[in-house]
Amino acid sequence: MINVGIAGFGQSKFVTKRTDVTFPELVKEGADLTLADAGIPIEDVDAFVYPLAPDALIGVSQGERWVIDALGASGKPFMRVNNGGATGMSAVLTAWTHIASGMFDVVLVAGADRVSESGSAQSVLNKMWDTGYERTVPLNTITMLALSAQRYMHLYDSTEADMALVTVKNRAHAALNPNAHLRTPITVEEVLASRTLAWPIKLGDACPASTGAAGVVLVSERYAKAHGLTPAWIRGIGQNTETFWMGNRVGPTAASDHGDADALAVAFQVAYTQAGITDPRSQIDVAEIYSPFSSVELHVIEAAGLADKGKAPLALSQGKFALGSDGPIVNPSGGVLCTNPIAVTGTIRVGEAANQVRNRAGAYQVPGARVAVASAIGGDHQFYSTMVLSTDLEEI
Amino acid sequence: MTNPIQQEQTEAQKNASPVFFEQTWDLEYRHALGSTTSRFMQGLTEGKILGRKTTKGRVLVPARSFDDETHSATGEWIEVGTTGKIVMSTVVYEPFRGLPAPPYAIAYVMLEGADTALVGYVRGVELSDQATAVKAIAIGTDVVVHFAAKPTGTAADYWFEPAGV
Repeated sequence: MINVGIAGFGQSKFVTKRTDVTFPELVKEGADLTLADAGIPIEDVDAFVYPLAPDALIGVSQGERWVIDALGASGKPFMRVNNGGATGMSAVLTAWTHIASGMFDVVLVAGADRVSESGSAQSVLNKMWDTGYERTVPLNTITMLALSAQRYMHLYDSTEADMALVTVKNRAHAALNPNAHLRTPITVEEVLASRTLAWPIKLGDACPASTGAAGVVLVSERYAKAHGLTPAWIRGIGQNTETFWMGNRVGPTAASDHGDADALAVAFQVAYTQAGITDPRSQIDVAEIYSPFSSVELHVIEAAGLADKGKAPLALSQGKFALGSDGPIVNPSGGVLCTNPIAVTGTIRVGEAANQVRNRAGAYQVPGARVAVASAIGGDHQFYSTMVLSTDLEEI
Repeated sequence: MTNPIQQEQTEAQKNASPVFFEQTWDLEYRHALGSTTSRFMQGLTEGKILGRKTTKGRVLVPARSFDDETHSATGEWIEVGTTGKIVMSTVVYEPFRGLPAPPYAIAYVMLEGADTALVGYVRGVELSDQATAVKAIAIGTDVVVHFAAKPTGTAADYWFEPAGV
Protein backbone atom coordinates (compact mmCIF):
# COMPACT_ATOMS: atom_id res chain seq x y z
CA MET A 1 0.00 0.00 0.00
CA ILE A 2 1.17 3.53 -0.76
CA ASN A 3 2.03 5.73 2.23
CA VAL A 4 -0.17 8.82 2.52
CA GLY A 5 0.52 12.00 4.47
CA ILE A 6 -1.24 15.19 5.52
CA ALA A 7 0.85 17.94 3.88
CA GLY A 8 -1.20 20.94 4.91
CA PHE A 9 -4.01 22.10 7.18
CA GLY A 10 -5.93 25.33 6.77
CA GLN A 11 -8.65 26.79 8.93
CA SER A 12 -10.32 30.14 9.29
CA LYS A 13 -11.01 31.83 12.59
CA PHE A 14 -14.32 30.36 13.77
CA VAL A 15 -17.12 32.70 14.77
CA THR A 16 -20.91 32.64 15.11
CA LYS A 17 -21.66 34.60 11.93
CA ARG A 18 -19.82 35.88 8.85
CA THR A 19 -21.52 38.46 6.63
CA ASP A 20 -18.52 39.24 4.41
CA VAL A 21 -18.64 36.04 2.35
CA THR A 22 -21.09 33.76 0.57
CA PHE A 23 -20.95 30.06 1.35
CA PRO A 24 -18.79 29.25 -1.73
CA GLU A 25 -16.47 32.14 -0.86
CA LEU A 26 -16.09 30.63 2.61
CA VAL A 27 -15.27 27.23 1.06
CA LYS A 28 -12.66 28.93 -1.16
CA GLU A 29 -11.09 30.39 1.98
CA GLY A 30 -10.72 26.82 3.32
CA ALA A 31 -9.20 25.55 0.07
CA ASP A 32 -6.81 28.52 -0.26
CA LEU A 33 -5.65 28.39 3.37
CA THR A 34 -5.01 24.65 3.07
CA LEU A 35 -3.03 24.77 -0.16
CA ALA A 36 -1.07 27.80 1.06
CA ASP A 37 -0.18 25.94 4.25
CA ALA A 38 1.11 22.99 2.22
CA GLY A 39 2.78 25.11 -0.46
CA ILE A 40 0.98 23.04 -3.09
CA PRO A 41 -0.44 24.82 -6.17
CA ILE A 42 -4.05 24.11 -7.19
CA GLU A 43 -2.73 22.72 -10.51
CA ASP A 44 -1.15 19.81 -8.61
CA VAL A 45 -4.43 18.71 -7.00
CA ASP A 46 -5.56 15.52 -8.77
CA ALA A 47 -8.96 15.08 -7.12
CA PHE A 48 -11.32 16.56 -4.53
CA VAL A 49 -13.35 15.07 -1.71
CA TYR A 50 -15.87 17.54 -0.35
CA PRO A 51 -17.39 17.20 3.14
CA LEU A 52 -20.96 18.45 3.54
CA ALA A 53 -23.47 17.34 6.19
CA PRO A 54 -27.28 17.63 5.70
CA ASP A 55 -28.16 20.11 2.92
CA ALA A 56 -30.90 21.69 5.02
CA LEU A 57 -28.29 23.07 7.42
CA ILE A 58 -26.94 25.39 4.71
CA GLY A 59 -30.33 25.83 3.03
CA VAL A 60 -29.17 24.73 -0.42
CA SER A 61 -29.96 21.34 -1.94
CA GLN A 62 -27.05 19.43 -3.45
CA GLY A 63 -24.76 22.02 -1.89
CA GLU A 64 -21.76 20.31 -3.49
CA ARG A 65 -22.78 21.78 -6.89
CA TRP A 66 -22.46 25.27 -5.47
CA VAL A 67 -18.80 24.98 -4.45
CA ILE A 68 -17.16 23.26 -7.43
CA ASP A 69 -15.52 26.50 -8.59
CA ALA A 70 -14.67 27.60 -5.05
CA LEU A 71 -12.62 24.43 -4.68
CA GLY A 72 -11.08 24.70 -8.15
CA ALA A 73 -12.52 21.27 -8.99
CA SER A 74 -13.92 21.97 -12.45
CA GLY A 75 -12.35 19.52 -14.91
CA LYS A 76 -11.21 17.12 -12.16
CA PRO A 77 -12.65 14.15 -10.22
CA PHE A 78 -14.92 15.23 -7.38
CA MET A 79 -16.91 13.41 -4.71
CA ARG A 80 -19.12 14.60 -1.86
CA VAL A 81 -19.12 12.74 1.46
CA ASN A 82 -21.85 12.99 4.12
CA ASN A 83 -21.63 10.96 7.32
CA GLY A 84 -23.28 13.49 9.63
CA GLY A 85 -20.86 14.71 12.29
CA ALA A 86 -18.19 12.32 10.99
CA THR A 87 -18.43 13.89 7.51
CA GLY A 88 -15.22 15.92 7.73
CA MET A 89 -13.21 12.88 8.74
CA SER A 90 -14.95 10.37 6.49
CA ALA A 91 -13.97 12.69 3.64
CA VAL A 92 -10.32 12.46 4.71
CA LEU A 93 -10.57 8.65 4.87
CA THR A 94 -12.04 8.68 1.35
CA ALA A 95 -9.16 10.86 0.16
CA TRP A 96 -6.71 8.45 1.82
CA THR A 97 -8.27 5.60 -0.19
CA HIS A 98 -7.91 7.65 -3.37
CA ILE A 99 -4.14 7.92 -2.82
CA ALA A 100 -3.39 4.61 -1.07
CA SER A 101 -4.90 2.82 -4.08
CA GLY A 102 -2.31 4.43 -6.34
CA MET A 103 -4.96 6.34 -8.24
CA PHE A 104 -3.92 9.89 -7.27
CA ASP A 105 -0.96 11.75 -5.71
CA VAL A 106 -2.63 14.87 -4.30
CA VAL A 107 -6.21 15.08 -2.99
CA LEU A 108 -7.77 18.16 -1.40
CA VAL A 109 -10.44 17.91 1.28
CA ALA A 110 -11.86 21.36 2.05
CA GLY A 111 -15.22 22.76 3.02
CA ALA A 112 -17.10 25.04 5.38
CA ASP A 113 -20.19 25.41 7.48
CA ARG A 114 -22.29 28.25 8.78
CA VAL A 115 -24.60 26.48 11.17
CA SER A 116 -26.02 29.64 12.77
CA GLU A 117 -27.64 30.87 9.53
CA SER A 118 -30.53 28.54 10.24
CA GLY A 119 -32.23 28.90 13.58
CA SER A 120 -33.82 25.54 12.81
CA ALA A 121 -30.73 23.31 13.13
CA GLN A 122 -32.24 21.03 15.77
CA SER A 123 -35.45 20.78 13.74
CA VAL A 124 -33.34 19.69 10.73
CA LEU A 125 -31.51 17.17 12.90
CA ASN A 126 -34.83 15.88 14.32
CA LYS A 127 -35.56 14.64 10.79
CA MET A 128 -32.86 11.94 11.24
CA TRP A 129 -35.22 9.62 13.06
CA ASP A 130 -37.61 6.92 11.84
CA THR A 131 -40.75 8.38 10.27
CA GLY A 132 -43.06 5.77 11.80
CA TYR A 133 -41.72 5.04 15.25
CA GLU A 134 -39.63 7.98 16.39
CA ARG A 135 -40.69 11.20 14.73
CA THR A 136 -43.71 11.84 16.94
CA VAL A 137 -41.19 12.34 19.78
CA PRO A 138 -38.97 15.44 19.48
CA LEU A 139 -35.58 13.71 19.43
CA ASN A 140 -32.58 15.76 18.30
CA THR A 141 -28.80 15.59 18.66
CA ILE A 142 -28.94 17.18 22.11
CA THR A 143 -31.59 14.83 23.52
CA MET A 144 -29.92 11.75 21.99
CA LEU A 145 -26.70 12.59 23.80
CA ALA A 146 -28.51 13.59 26.99
CA LEU A 147 -29.83 10.01 27.00
CA SER A 148 -26.30 8.70 26.52
CA ALA A 149 -24.94 10.97 29.26
CA GLN A 150 -27.62 9.78 31.68
CA ARG A 151 -26.71 6.15 30.96
CA TYR A 152 -23.00 6.87 31.45
CA MET A 153 -23.77 8.46 34.84
CA HIS A 154 -25.93 5.45 35.74
CA LEU A 155 -23.39 2.83 34.63
CA TYR A 156 -20.37 4.40 36.31
CA ASP A 157 -21.86 6.37 39.21
CA SER A 158 -20.65 9.55 37.54
CA THR A 159 -21.95 13.10 38.04
CA GLU A 160 -22.64 16.31 36.17
CA ALA A 161 -19.52 17.72 37.82
CA ASP A 162 -17.50 15.03 36.01
CA MET A 163 -18.86 16.30 32.71
CA ALA A 164 -17.97 19.85 33.68
CA LEU A 165 -14.31 18.85 34.09
CA VAL A 166 -14.19 18.21 30.34
CA THR A 167 -15.49 21.68 29.51
CA VAL A 168 -13.09 23.33 31.94
CA LYS A 169 -10.10 21.53 30.35
CA ASN A 170 -11.14 22.19 26.77
CA ARG A 171 -11.95 25.86 27.28
CA ALA A 172 -8.54 26.37 28.86
CA HIS A 173 -7.01 24.76 25.77
CA ALA A 174 -9.17 26.80 23.36
CA ALA A 175 -7.96 29.99 25.04
CA LEU A 176 -4.56 29.18 23.49
CA ASN A 177 -6.03 28.50 20.03
CA PRO A 178 -6.55 31.72 18.03
CA ASN A 179 -8.97 29.99 15.62
CA ALA A 180 -11.25 28.44 18.27
CA HIS A 181 -14.81 29.75 18.64
CA LEU A 182 -15.40 29.59 22.43
CA ARG A 183 -12.17 30.78 24.03
CA THR A 184 -13.28 32.05 27.44
CA PRO A 185 -12.09 29.90 30.34
CA ILE A 186 -14.87 28.57 32.54
CA THR A 187 -15.10 26.97 35.99
CA VAL A 188 -16.89 23.79 37.12
CA GLU A 189 -19.30 25.98 39.11
CA GLU A 190 -20.13 28.09 36.05
CA VAL A 191 -20.80 24.99 33.94
CA LEU A 192 -23.05 23.54 36.65
CA ALA A 193 -24.91 26.84 36.98
CA SER A 194 -25.53 27.20 33.23
CA ARG A 195 -29.08 26.61 32.00
CA THR A 196 -30.30 23.09 31.25
CA LEU A 197 -30.88 22.22 27.59
CA ALA A 198 -31.85 18.56 28.00
CA TRP A 199 -30.87 17.16 31.39
CA PRO A 200 -28.06 16.38 32.18
CA ILE A 201 -26.71 18.50 29.31
CA LYS A 202 -26.43 22.18 30.09
CA LEU A 203 -25.28 25.09 27.95
CA GLY A 204 -21.80 24.73 29.45
CA ASP A 205 -21.65 21.11 28.29
CA ALA A 206 -22.55 21.97 24.68
CA CYS A 207 -20.62 22.97 21.57
CA PRO A 208 -21.36 26.24 19.73
CA ALA A 209 -22.85 26.55 16.22
CA SER A 210 -19.74 27.67 14.36
CA THR A 211 -19.13 29.39 11.05
CA GLY A 212 -15.86 28.96 9.22
CA ALA A 213 -13.82 26.89 6.79
CA ALA A 214 -11.16 24.20 6.99
CA GLY A 215 -9.30 21.68 4.89
CA VAL A 216 -6.42 19.26 4.66
CA VAL A 217 -4.41 18.20 1.63
CA LEU A 218 -3.25 14.60 1.35
CA VAL A 219 -0.20 13.51 -0.66
CA SER A 220 1.43 10.26 -1.68
CA GLU A 221 4.91 9.42 -0.38
CA ARG A 222 6.12 9.73 -3.97
CA TYR A 223 4.78 13.31 -4.29
CA ALA A 224 6.09 14.29 -0.84
CA LYS A 225 9.62 13.08 -1.68
CA ALA A 226 9.64 14.71 -5.10
CA HIS A 227 8.65 18.06 -3.58
CA GLY A 228 10.63 17.95 -0.34
CA LEU A 229 7.52 17.87 1.86
CA THR A 230 7.46 16.56 5.43
CA PRO A 231 3.83 15.59 5.96
CA ALA A 232 2.24 13.94 8.98
CA TRP A 233 2.02 10.28 7.99
CA ILE A 234 -1.22 8.35 8.23
CA ARG A 235 -0.30 5.12 10.04
CA GLY A 236 -3.69 3.56 10.59
CA ILE A 237 -7.35 4.18 9.84
CA GLY A 238 -10.55 2.68 11.18
CA GLN A 239 -14.26 2.97 10.61
CA ASN A 240 -17.20 1.31 12.26
CA THR A 241 -20.95 1.67 12.37
CA GLU A 242 -23.62 1.28 15.04
CA THR A 243 -27.24 0.16 14.68
CA PHE A 244 -29.80 2.83 13.69
CA TRP A 245 -32.04 2.11 16.67
CA MET A 246 -31.11 3.81 19.95
CA GLY A 247 -33.52 1.51 21.78
CA ASN A 248 -31.50 -1.51 20.55
CA ARG A 249 -28.43 -0.23 22.40
CA VAL A 250 -29.65 -0.97 25.87
CA GLY A 251 -30.68 -3.99 27.91
CA PRO A 252 -29.18 -7.37 28.79
CA THR A 253 -29.33 -8.82 25.25
CA ALA A 254 -28.00 -5.71 23.46
CA ALA A 255 -24.63 -5.81 21.69
CA SER A 256 -23.67 -2.38 23.05
CA ASP A 257 -24.79 0.29 25.49
CA HIS A 258 -25.81 3.81 24.48
CA GLY A 259 -23.82 5.06 27.49
CA ASP A 260 -20.57 3.71 26.03
CA ALA A 261 -18.97 4.01 22.60
CA ASP A 262 -18.21 0.34 22.00
CA ALA A 263 -18.39 0.49 18.20
CA LEU A 264 -15.96 3.42 18.29
CA ALA A 265 -13.59 1.36 20.46
CA VAL A 266 -13.51 -1.22 17.65
CA ALA A 267 -12.66 1.50 15.11
CA PHE A 268 -9.81 2.73 17.34
CA GLN A 269 -8.50 -0.83 17.68
CA VAL A 270 -8.49 -1.31 13.91
CA ALA A 271 -6.38 1.82 13.45
CA TYR A 272 -4.10 0.93 16.38
CA THR A 273 -3.41 -2.54 14.97
CA GLN A 274 -2.38 -1.06 11.61
CA ALA A 275 -0.18 1.51 13.32
CA GLY A 276 1.42 -0.96 15.73
CA ILE A 277 -0.07 0.63 18.84
CA THR A 278 -0.48 -1.90 21.63
CA ASP A 279 -0.46 0.45 24.63
CA PRO A 280 -2.21 3.68 23.67
CA ARG A 281 -1.57 5.32 27.06
CA SER A 282 2.20 5.21 26.58
CA GLN A 283 2.44 5.32 22.77
CA ILE A 284 0.02 8.17 21.98
CA ASP A 285 1.10 11.74 22.67
CA VAL A 286 -1.99 13.61 21.48
CA ALA A 287 -5.65 12.79 20.87
CA GLU A 288 -7.94 15.08 18.87
CA ILE A 289 -11.24 13.31 19.46
CA TYR A 290 -14.72 14.33 18.42
CA SER A 291 -16.95 15.26 21.36
CA PRO A 292 -19.61 17.92 20.75
CA PHE A 293 -20.83 17.56 24.33
CA SER A 294 -18.71 17.22 27.47
CA SER A 295 -20.29 13.85 28.30
CA VAL A 296 -19.20 12.38 24.97
CA GLU A 297 -15.51 13.03 25.63
CA LEU A 298 -15.65 10.79 28.71
CA HIS A 299 -16.63 7.64 26.82
CA VAL A 300 -14.49 8.50 23.77
CA ILE A 301 -11.39 8.78 26.00
CA GLU A 302 -12.28 5.29 27.23
CA ALA A 303 -13.02 3.93 23.73
CA ALA A 304 -9.59 5.22 22.65
CA GLY A 305 -8.04 3.14 25.42
CA LEU A 306 -6.72 6.19 27.28
CA ALA A 307 -8.69 5.25 30.43
CA ASP A 308 -10.61 2.21 31.62
CA LYS A 309 -14.38 2.20 31.19
CA GLY A 310 -15.92 4.62 33.67
CA LYS A 311 -12.53 5.94 34.75
CA ALA A 312 -12.12 9.01 32.52
CA PRO A 313 -13.65 11.31 35.19
CA LEU A 314 -11.15 10.14 37.82
CA ALA A 315 -8.22 10.73 35.45
CA LEU A 316 -9.56 14.20 34.55
CA SER A 317 -9.96 15.08 38.23
CA GLN A 318 -6.28 14.22 38.67
CA GLY A 319 -5.39 16.71 35.93
CA LYS A 320 -4.75 14.12 33.23
CA PHE A 321 -5.28 14.88 29.52
CA ALA A 322 -4.69 18.63 30.06
CA LEU A 323 -1.78 20.48 28.45
CA GLY A 324 1.22 20.24 30.74
CA SER A 325 0.18 16.91 32.28
CA ASP A 326 1.96 13.57 31.84
CA GLY A 327 0.60 11.10 29.31
CA PRO A 328 -1.63 11.70 26.30
CA ILE A 329 -3.09 15.20 25.92
CA VAL A 330 -6.73 15.20 24.81
CA ASN A 331 -8.06 17.95 22.54
CA PRO A 332 -5.27 20.51 22.99
CA SER A 333 -7.03 22.68 20.36
CA GLY A 334 -10.10 22.93 22.61
CA GLY A 335 -11.84 20.38 20.43
CA VAL A 336 -15.38 20.20 19.12
CA LEU A 337 -16.77 21.44 22.43
CA CYS A 338 -15.28 24.87 21.61
CA THR A 339 -15.63 24.86 17.79
CA ASN A 340 -18.19 22.94 15.74
CA PRO A 341 -18.57 23.85 12.05
CA ILE A 342 -20.34 20.51 11.43
CA ALA A 343 -19.18 19.67 7.87
CA VAL A 344 -15.48 20.23 8.60
CA THR A 345 -15.30 19.42 12.31
CA GLY A 346 -13.84 15.99 11.54
CA THR A 347 -11.39 17.50 9.05
CA ILE A 348 -10.13 19.82 11.79
CA ARG A 349 -9.49 16.81 14.09
CA VAL A 350 -7.14 15.35 11.45
CA GLY A 351 -5.55 18.73 10.74
CA GLU A 352 -4.91 19.48 14.40
CA ALA A 353 -3.47 15.98 14.96
CA ALA A 354 -1.23 16.47 11.91
CA ASN A 355 -0.05 19.87 13.14
CA GLN A 356 0.82 18.38 16.52
CA VAL A 357 3.08 15.67 15.12
CA ARG A 358 4.62 18.24 12.75
CA ASN A 359 5.37 20.53 15.73
CA ARG A 360 3.27 23.31 14.19
CA ALA A 361 0.51 23.76 16.78
CA GLY A 362 1.84 27.00 18.26
CA ALA A 363 0.70 27.93 21.78
CA TYR A 364 -1.09 24.59 22.25
CA GLN A 365 1.74 22.40 20.93
CA VAL A 366 2.29 19.23 22.96
CA PRO A 367 6.07 19.20 23.44
CA GLY A 368 7.77 16.47 21.42
CA ALA A 369 4.51 15.00 20.08
CA ARG A 370 5.25 12.23 17.58
CA VAL A 371 2.12 10.04 17.55
CA ALA A 372 -1.43 11.38 17.45
CA VAL A 373 -4.88 9.85 17.15
CA ALA A 374 -7.95 11.55 15.71
CA SER A 375 -11.59 10.47 15.66
CA ALA A 376 -15.04 11.60 14.60
CA ILE A 377 -18.64 10.57 15.26
CA GLY A 378 -21.68 11.04 13.03
CA GLY A 379 -25.40 10.38 13.02
CA ASP A 380 -27.01 9.19 16.20
CA HIS A 381 -23.65 7.97 17.61
CA GLN A 382 -23.51 5.82 14.53
CA PHE A 383 -20.69 6.52 12.10
CA TYR A 384 -17.25 6.28 13.62
CA SER A 385 -13.92 7.28 12.02
CA THR A 386 -10.43 6.97 13.50
CA MET A 387 -6.89 7.73 12.35
CA VAL A 388 -3.37 7.43 13.74
CA LEU A 389 -0.75 9.91 12.51
CA SER A 390 2.96 10.19 13.17
CA THR A 391 5.91 12.44 12.46
CA ASP A 392 7.83 9.75 10.57
CA LEU A 393 7.38 6.29 9.11
CA GLU A 394 9.50 4.58 11.79
CA GLU A 395 8.09 1.95 14.13
CA ILE A 396 5.65 3.34 16.72
CA MET B 1 -5.08 36.93 13.52
CA THR B 2 -5.46 38.19 9.96
CA ASN B 3 -6.20 35.83 7.18
CA PRO B 4 -3.52 36.22 4.49
CA ILE B 5 -5.71 34.54 1.89
CA GLN B 6 -8.78 36.70 2.31
CA GLN B 7 -9.44 38.97 -0.63
CA GLU B 8 -8.59 42.55 0.13
CA GLN B 9 -11.76 44.59 0.35
CA THR B 10 -12.12 48.06 -1.09
CA GLU B 11 -13.38 50.87 1.18
CA ALA B 12 -16.71 50.85 -0.69
CA GLN B 13 -17.04 47.12 -0.07
CA LYS B 14 -16.29 47.50 3.64
CA ASN B 15 -18.85 50.29 4.01
CA ALA B 16 -21.67 48.44 2.25
CA SER B 17 -24.32 47.10 4.63
CA PRO B 18 -24.57 43.31 4.48
CA VAL B 19 -27.51 42.08 2.42
CA PHE B 20 -29.40 38.90 3.31
CA PHE B 21 -31.60 36.41 1.47
CA GLU B 22 -34.28 34.84 3.64
CA GLN B 23 -36.06 31.59 2.92
CA THR B 24 -38.28 29.00 4.57
CA TRP B 25 -38.43 25.38 3.45
CA ASP B 26 -41.96 24.05 3.67
CA LEU B 27 -41.91 20.62 2.06
CA GLU B 28 -44.72 18.09 2.01
CA TYR B 29 -44.38 14.32 2.27
CA ARG B 30 -46.77 11.40 2.73
CA HIS B 31 -44.62 8.42 3.75
CA ALA B 32 -45.86 4.84 3.52
CA LEU B 33 -44.90 3.12 6.77
CA GLY B 34 -45.11 -0.42 5.42
CA SER B 35 -47.16 -3.38 6.59
CA THR B 36 -45.13 -4.19 9.72
CA THR B 37 -45.25 -0.66 11.16
CA SER B 38 -48.89 -0.35 10.06
CA ARG B 39 -49.76 -3.49 12.07
CA PHE B 40 -47.95 -2.03 15.10
CA MET B 41 -50.00 1.17 14.77
CA GLN B 42 -53.22 -0.86 14.54
CA GLY B 43 -52.16 -2.64 17.72
CA LEU B 44 -52.10 0.72 19.51
CA THR B 45 -55.78 1.20 18.69
CA GLU B 46 -56.40 -2.21 20.37
CA GLY B 47 -54.42 -1.24 23.47
CA LYS B 48 -51.51 -3.53 22.51
CA ILE B 49 -47.76 -3.02 22.07
CA LEU B 50 -46.51 -5.46 19.44
CA GLY B 51 -43.03 -6.77 18.77
CA ARG B 52 -41.49 -9.30 16.40
CA LYS B 53 -39.23 -12.21 17.31
CA THR B 54 -35.82 -12.54 15.67
CA THR B 55 -34.20 -15.82 14.61
CA LYS B 56 -32.11 -15.55 17.79
CA GLY B 57 -35.22 -15.23 19.93
CA ARG B 58 -34.95 -11.53 20.74
CA VAL B 59 -38.21 -9.60 20.74
CA LEU B 60 -37.83 -6.32 18.86
CA VAL B 61 -40.14 -3.56 20.12
CA PRO B 62 -41.44 -1.65 18.29
CA ALA B 63 -42.01 -4.35 15.69
CA ARG B 64 -39.52 -4.41 12.84
CA SER B 65 -39.51 -6.73 9.84
CA PHE B 66 -35.78 -7.50 10.02
CA ASP B 67 -33.14 -7.86 12.72
CA ASP B 68 -30.32 -5.29 12.93
CA GLU B 69 -27.96 -7.93 14.39
CA THR B 70 -28.41 -10.86 12.00
CA HIS B 71 -29.82 -9.09 8.93
CA SER B 72 -32.48 -11.81 8.76
CA ALA B 73 -36.26 -11.42 8.67
CA THR B 74 -38.13 -11.42 11.98
CA GLY B 75 -41.03 -13.87 12.39
CA GLU B 76 -43.69 -14.29 15.04
CA TRP B 77 -45.69 -11.32 16.33
CA ILE B 78 -45.38 -10.98 20.11
CA GLU B 79 -47.66 -8.89 22.30
CA VAL B 80 -45.45 -7.55 25.08
CA GLY B 81 -46.49 -6.12 28.43
CA THR B 82 -47.77 -2.59 28.94
CA THR B 83 -45.60 -2.16 32.02
CA GLY B 84 -41.86 -1.79 32.09
CA LYS B 85 -38.85 0.15 33.34
CA ILE B 86 -37.20 3.34 32.12
CA VAL B 87 -33.74 2.53 30.69
CA MET B 88 -32.87 6.05 29.59
CA SER B 89 -34.60 9.41 29.83
CA THR B 90 -34.23 13.16 29.65
CA VAL B 91 -36.21 16.29 30.43
CA VAL B 92 -35.94 19.04 27.86
CA TYR B 93 -36.02 22.64 29.11
CA GLU B 94 -34.67 24.44 26.03
CA PRO B 95 -37.01 25.54 23.24
CA PHE B 96 -36.00 24.39 19.75
CA ARG B 97 -37.59 26.00 16.71
CA GLY B 98 -40.02 23.62 15.00
CA LEU B 99 -40.17 21.30 18.02
CA PRO B 100 -42.72 21.34 20.90
CA ALA B 101 -42.51 23.92 23.67
CA PRO B 102 -40.58 22.69 26.73
CA PRO B 103 -40.57 21.28 29.29
CA TYR B 104 -41.24 17.72 28.22
CA ALA B 105 -39.88 14.34 29.27
CA ILE B 106 -38.78 11.57 26.90
CA ALA B 107 -37.87 8.02 27.87
CA TYR B 108 -36.86 4.73 26.37
CA VAL B 109 -38.71 1.97 28.21
CA MET B 110 -37.98 -1.76 28.32
CA LEU B 111 -41.46 -3.30 28.41
CA GLU B 112 -41.99 -6.71 29.98
CA GLY B 113 -41.16 -9.38 27.42
CA ALA B 114 -39.22 -7.02 25.13
CA ASP B 115 -35.48 -7.08 24.35
CA THR B 116 -35.28 -3.56 22.95
CA ALA B 117 -36.54 -0.27 24.34
CA LEU B 118 -39.50 1.77 23.08
CA VAL B 119 -39.31 5.58 22.97
CA GLY B 120 -42.15 7.81 24.06
CA TYR B 121 -43.19 10.87 26.06
CA VAL B 122 -43.45 10.50 29.82
CA ARG B 123 -46.57 12.24 31.10
CA GLY B 124 -47.99 12.62 34.58
CA VAL B 125 -44.71 13.96 35.97
CA GLU B 126 -44.29 17.47 37.38
CA LEU B 127 -41.50 18.99 35.28
CA SER B 128 -41.29 22.56 36.62
CA ASP B 129 -38.70 21.61 39.25
CA GLN B 130 -35.74 19.96 37.52
CA ALA B 131 -34.45 17.96 40.49
CA THR B 132 -37.90 16.46 41.16
CA ALA B 133 -38.50 15.75 37.47
CA VAL B 134 -35.16 14.01 36.96
CA LYS B 135 -35.76 11.81 39.99
CA ALA B 136 -39.28 10.91 38.83
CA ILE B 137 -38.01 9.54 35.51
CA ALA B 138 -34.73 7.99 36.75
CA ILE B 139 -33.39 4.81 35.18
CA GLY B 140 -35.22 1.84 36.73
CA THR B 141 -38.51 3.71 37.31
CA ASP B 142 -41.59 1.53 36.72
CA VAL B 143 -43.93 2.94 34.10
CA VAL B 144 -47.22 2.00 32.47
CA VAL B 145 -48.17 2.50 28.82
CA HIS B 146 -51.22 4.70 28.31
CA PHE B 147 -53.18 4.70 25.05
CA ALA B 148 -55.04 7.58 23.42
CA ALA B 149 -58.81 7.41 23.75
CA LYS B 150 -59.12 8.67 20.19
CA PRO B 151 -56.28 7.01 18.22
CA THR B 152 -54.67 8.94 15.35
CA GLY B 153 -52.98 5.89 13.81
CA THR B 154 -49.52 7.21 14.71
CA ALA B 155 -46.93 6.55 17.40
CA ALA B 156 -48.46 9.52 19.25
CA ASP B 157 -51.22 7.11 20.33
CA TYR B 158 -49.21 5.89 23.33
CA TRP B 159 -47.14 7.43 26.10
CA PHE B 160 -45.73 6.39 29.46
CA GLU B 161 -46.73 7.38 32.97
CA PRO B 162 -45.07 6.40 36.25
CA ALA B 163 -46.68 3.26 37.72
CA GLY B 164 -48.85 3.57 40.83
CA VAL B 165 -49.57 7.28 40.48
